[in-house]
Amino acid sequence: MEKIPILRMGEFLLVTIQVDMHDRLAMTLQDDLTQMITVSEARGVLIDISSLEIVDSFIGRMLGNIAAMSRVLDAETVVVGMQPAVAITLVELGLSLSGVRTALNVDAGMELLRSSLNGSKVLYGSRVD
Amino acid sequence: MAVVSTESMPVQSEPDVVTVRRRVRDASARLGFSLVDQTKVVTAASELARNTIIYGGGGTLQMELLNGPRNGLRLIFEDKGPGIADIDLALRDGFTTGSGLGLGLGGAKRLVSDFEIASRLGEGTRVTITRWK
Repeated sequence: MEKIPILRMGEFLLVTIQVDMHDRLAMTLQDDLTQMITVSEARGVLIDISSLEIVDSFIGRMLGNIAAMSRVLDAETVVVGMQPAVAITLVELGLSLSGVRTALNVDAGMELLRSSLNGSKVLYGSRVD
Repeated sequence: MAVVSTESMPVQSEPDVVTVRRRVRDASARLGFSLVDQTKVVTAASELARNTIIYGGGGTLQMELLNGPRNGLRLIFEDKGPGIADIDLALRDGFTTGSGLGLGLGGAKRLVSDFEIASRLGEGTRVTITRWK
């Protein structure tokens, strides 16, 4: 069966969606990612959707689910690289992807993940004081 | 206005949704739609194709390329499913009888120029959308 590869990079997981996303593939990715977060104890997930030509309500819901599930598992999700035409369409469709953090590109997304991870470490440190 | 070409395709299973998206993308590009308009009509088609499968039990898509003062793309999704009891309610955002977000019909309507829906209980549903260039 077709699968979307999940790469591990330090404390983060990287996913680049490069295929035409059909519904079952989206569900599989959701399951695989939550599994990987638990196994690898990842603190962040970066999903690159720059190759996606559309995001419809199903894919939008999947991105929201992944963000919510990883948050429960103590990992942050950042979705990066959305094409402008996709963003325009998504909002008109009625999806605002609330609860999903986004960044313009992979670099900005990694920066966001690192800073939120450092932020939480500092926070925990100050709580101990 | 003249119908330049008509193409019919099955909308029966999940992989068909991907095929529908590709065909609609190709047709809208051929008609000279802007990238944003292509994306809108492909997204609307994706929503409606999924509805046809999930709620209509499968059906067909007829795609018409229209030539006239303005070029257009007309998509007719038809199923012989249970039909929609209350169309106004079905069009409302957030309403769903399934497990989706309830954005499919209303969302698809917002993404196109013309939207028509005809449904009879026990007989089926036909949704016709047109996007003009």
